[in-house]
Amino acid sequence: MSSVLEIKNLETVLHSEPRPVWAVDGLTLQILKGETFALLGESGCGKSITALSIMRLLPEAGEIMGGSVCLGDQDLLLLPETAMRNVRGKRIGMIFQEPMLSLNPVMTVAQQIGEVLQRHFDLRGQAVEKRIVQILDQVGIPDAANRMNEYPFQFSGGMKQRMMIAMALAGEPELLIADEPTTALDVTIQAQVLELMRGLQQQGGMAILLITHDLGVASEMAHRVGIMYAGEIVEMASREAFFRGPAHPYSRKLLAALPGRDRRRQGHRLDAIRGNVPSLSREFVGCRFADRCDHAWELCHQVAPGWTALTGEQQVRCHLFDQNSGSRIVKPPVSGQTAAPATLDAESREFESSPAAGAEQSAPDGSLLSVTDLKVYFPIHKGLMRRVAGYVKAVDGISLRIDRGTTLALVGESGCGKTTAGKAMLQLIPPTAGNVRYNGVELVGLERHRLRSLRSEFQLIFQDPYSSLNPRMRIVDIIEEGMNALGIKDGGKEHEEKKVDRLLESVGLPAETKWRYPHEFSGGQRQRIAIARALAVNPKLIVCDEPTSALDVSVQAQILNLLRELQRNLGLAYLFITHNISVVEYIADEIAVMYLGRIVERGMVDEVLDSPRHPYTQALLSAVPVIELESKRKVIRLHGDLPSPANPPQGCHFHPRCSHVMPVCRKNYPAASIFSSTHTAHCYLYPQDEEQSDRKTQA
Amino acid sequence: MSFKPEILWTDALVYVLVAVIVIFAWQVRRHEHLLASWRRVGHSASGMAALTILVFFIVIGLLDTIHLRPAIENGNGGSETAYGVEVLSLLDLLATPLRMQVETTYSAPFATHLYARETVELPGGGQVREFPRLKFGGAHLQDPEAQLAGDIAIRAGTGAGFALLLWFLITASVTAIVAHRRGEKFVFTLSTIWRGITPVPWRAVFVTLALVLLLGGAALALCGDYHILGTDKVGQDVFYQSLKSIRTGLLIGTLTTLMMLPFALLLGVAAGYFRGWVDDLIQYLYTTLSSIPGVLLIAATVLMIQVYMETHPELFDTIAARADLRLLFLCIILGVTSWTGLCRLLRGETLKLREMEYIQAAHAFGVSHWRIISRHIIPNVMHIVLITTVMDFSGLVLAEAVLSYVGVGVDPSTISFGTMINAARLEMAREPMVWWALFAAFSFMFALVLSANLFADAVQNAFDPRMKTLSALSGTWRRKSIGKNA
Repeated sequence: MSSVLEIKNLETVLHSEPRPVWAVDGLTLQILKGETFALLGESGCGKSITALSIMRLLPEAGEIMGGSVCLGDQDLLLLPETAMRNVRGKRIGMIFQEPMLSLNPVMTVAQQIGEVLQRHFDLRGQAVEKRIVQILDQVGIPDAANRMNEYPFQFSGGMKQRMMIAMALAGEPELLIADEPTTALDVTIQAQVLELMRGLQQQGGMAILLITHDLGVASEMAHRVGIMYAGEIVEMASREAFFRGPAHPYSRKLLAALPGRDRRRQGHRLDAIRGNVPSLSREFVGCRFADRCDHAWELCHQVAPGWTALTGEQQVRCHLFDQNSGSRIVKPPVSGQTAAPATLDAESREFESSPAAGAEQSAPDGSLLSVTDLKVYFPIHKGLMRRVAGYVKAVDGISLRIDRGTTLALVGESGCGKTTAGKAMLQLIPPTAGNVRYNGVELVGLERHRLRSLRSEFQLIFQDPYSSLNPRMRIVDIIEEGMNALGIKDGGKEHEEKKVDRLLESVGLPAETKWRYPHEFSGGQRQRIAIARALAVNPKLIVCDEPTSALDVSVQAQILNLLRELQRNLGLAYLFITHNISVVEYIADEIAVMYLGRIVERGMVDEVLDSPRHPYTQALLSAVPVIELESKRKVIRLHGDLPSPANPPQGCHFHPRCSHVMPVCRKNYPAASIFSSTHTAHCYLYPQDEEQSDRKTQA
Repeated sequence: MSFKPEILWTDALVYVLVAVIVIFAWQVRRHEHLLASWRRVGHSASGMAALTILVFFIVIGLLDTIHLRPAIENGNGGSETAYGVEVLSLLDLLATPLRMQVETTYSAPFATHLYARETVELPGGGQVREFPRLKFGGAHLQDPEAQLAGDIAIRAGTGAGFALLLWFLITASVTAIVAHRRGEKFVFTLSTIWRGITPVPWRAVFVTLALVLLLGGAALALCGDYHILGTDKVGQDVFYQSLKSIRTGLLIGTLTTLMMLPFALLLGVAAGYFRGWVDDLIQYLYTTLSSIPGVLLIAATVLMIQVYMETHPELFDTIAARADLRLLFLCIILGVTSWTGLCRLLRGETLKLREMEYIQAAHAFGVSHWRIISRHIIPNVMHIVLITTVMDFSGLVLAEAVLSYVGVGVDPSTISFGTMINAARLEMAREPMVWWALFAAFSFMFALVLSANLFADAVQNAFDPRMKTLSALSGTWRRKSIGKNA
């Protein structure tokens, strides 16, 4: 087969203060017709800049310094800008990460797709409309003829990403560049979009350059894989060869850093890569990965490795394979060598012996936090007098229990109310109804000053490490804020400073960092600081709101290791809010699956993941992309999107998307079905718990 | 000569403002993230050149702010010294010749004769109508027609020469300090400055400084014996009036900001942070206020104050105190009418900030509202406050000119750009035209407002995170690219 795209020695520079950044440095790859090439790597490795260089859509500061990008037999870098416009959207289509930001909100969908058709095919009038309907049908938009005249806000997130794909397809491109096409989407929607892309490729035979950081997505989609690190490709292989045996130490580390149940069972720490991606503004001598590599020796620091072919399908840039070319070192990846020296010394164990600890204060049922029938409704105001027209039922009666030193994972798609539930439990959002008992003390309706004295017991870690630290405060002030506000003063100023030092060390940061400002730290380091801030007040329970979803895989591994270590040493309980199933598998003891404000299934992690009972849980688990060579699993496709919580469907909330729907599902919300002492689900497929269903019908 | 220091109301506020700025500068030095932004201001060539000019204006304004009342020398030699009713500033004292050399009426710049014919008694009896010699302007010349050009050239040359000497001194010492700080040789630093590749654009600063010093030196050398910008209707030196106007302009620009900041900051942040009925109340307040025409409100207030002052003359010991209070009230009323814009901006920013996760983290620690506002929100909106105040400054200077022109501005005895323009406007229709008063007011105001605007642009570029400028295509990567292509 002929190659559609051939990039040779591409070099792209971003001019920035104080030194220019060589975002792409000598990248060579080719993509064949009908092939999906996945460009994998952590953020800051130059993946997106590569895509923009191909399209010649670099930001103002960017400049292509050398190399060639051949589409067919035409070098795109030599084309004048006017000719380039005939290439963009026609021969190369592009899908961006954020569907909400990539569509113009004031133009109808038909206008936006029509623009492409007018520009590249000179279609007018009826012909345009016919073609638009055709394309929209192709990407699976129901009732395309009517919906094409709607505006982007009238479509859901998944639909918008389909629109983006439709726009990219309108030019019938030879090459489709997909820059993290599903990162902003939920797993069930992601599964839909990936399936669509696969189908379209089989029909049209176009080549796809898939840029992603998700190894699972790459393993499901790609034919060939390129691993990008610090501006260059370090390994290129066919999908099978790569996932059977990654060669480069970086690739192996990336795979080893993935959390999962197996690793938890083995009791392993995750194999985190120490340090961060190096700044691309410096000059590199030797291998770029050498500083973070466990196998590096002198040569790696002195000479940059060249390409070594292992088999026909696998090439790698590493000195390990130089001397005896082709033979792979069989040494298994060294585990346990991580950046986080999170071992707490004896001195810092005093957190544990804080007065609130100890079983003597625990509630009769032994649980640390028990939530019953918690509801959070947000009123919808309408009209001039702002009268309440309805409620957004963000959380609609959830009950759960967290025991001391355990982790409960709250899982669900975005918009299902899991973050609101977490905040309502901590009384950061006033609950509408229900009870939250912490250690036997009712928190709902507690006076402000009494609640304040309890605040130190439960803390919060946020998703975005960039917005969770005040950029205008030094680290020491950030950490001391909680201690000062809650009046936790043991000893004088000196003691306090020592405590800050100890906290920073316990999360794996040197003590001198406390004088610096947040902007000097990377995402992972910031998340460590946020954890230190939460720990400063000796909490017993931490609500972790997607603490790793903004981080790269290798950094995620560091943070997960740290959280588990802290749990072991300090006996913390976690409420872990996430949509990432593999993280849940690794860290959670119990799972609660949430759908549209209600918990549909609860149980121990093994029970739920091994034998999911609720159709939604089954669909959710099947949609998670996994790395396996023989694809044997069947994705249960969910139709449509999450309904609006302002107007949830009658009866079981899940029935419009459920494949097992029965008449009774449309009438009443099902009561709990009990499978074991810990495992319950709300579904009519299973015998209902008598007592509860009686109560339901009465109510 | 003994004197009594006199602190007028606006003087006191200026001292407070200076103190605030000094404390702020000290704070900035301690905080790396603030310093970084100010460094970016320091790297902007137009900003630094504008700042150089602004410094001259500010120095003149400050000199004009230190007021005192000289003692009257009375013959009786009593135990008590009496002080004159005239309040003078340091600038007035320095410019005593300018202030005292009053002609009878208009005279053109550098003129030796009046601009109007007068009837002069001849020594031998009889009268003649002619342009009489000025009492002070060019009075030392025997034969004005022949000597004038030469004399001006010599004096201007001498002044410029001294200015050049001063410029060399300043340039050399600044270069020496820079060289010392960076541990380089003096000549090397000088050459980098000359080629314009220092991070701080010293070359632009030095060039501006040279221009200002040359102009200023020549003007200083000439102004003692000539009216370099002419005289006005009552024979007062226009150059002196222009210098005096600077303080009024600066005061209006800065004090108004000082007046409106508390309103804008407190109300804006409170509205955004507390939401609910507080937000509604504050929104209604500023919506109402901003829908009343500003000029109307200002005119009404100023007229009321004027009437009050005229009916209570016993409240003020001196004319200066009265004029000063009126100026202060003008600042206050301008401040009251102009806080709404900033307030709206701050409310919006606070609405965004309160949803930030670090604010939520603070809530989770039970931090009080007041502490969240003062430690988390206000430091994060300060860049908006700074940008807005610097941008508003020039607008306020112009607003004063307009208001004084309309007649609801400063006291007629206060010299300001507005009163100068107002006095000059009728003479524009006269033939031959009296153009210099307007010209002087215009060029001084232009220099002040333009440099303030340029400086404001530099501040905005440095503090607005969306406007991060790209570095100029510097030499380092060019070399590498050429090497690679070759």
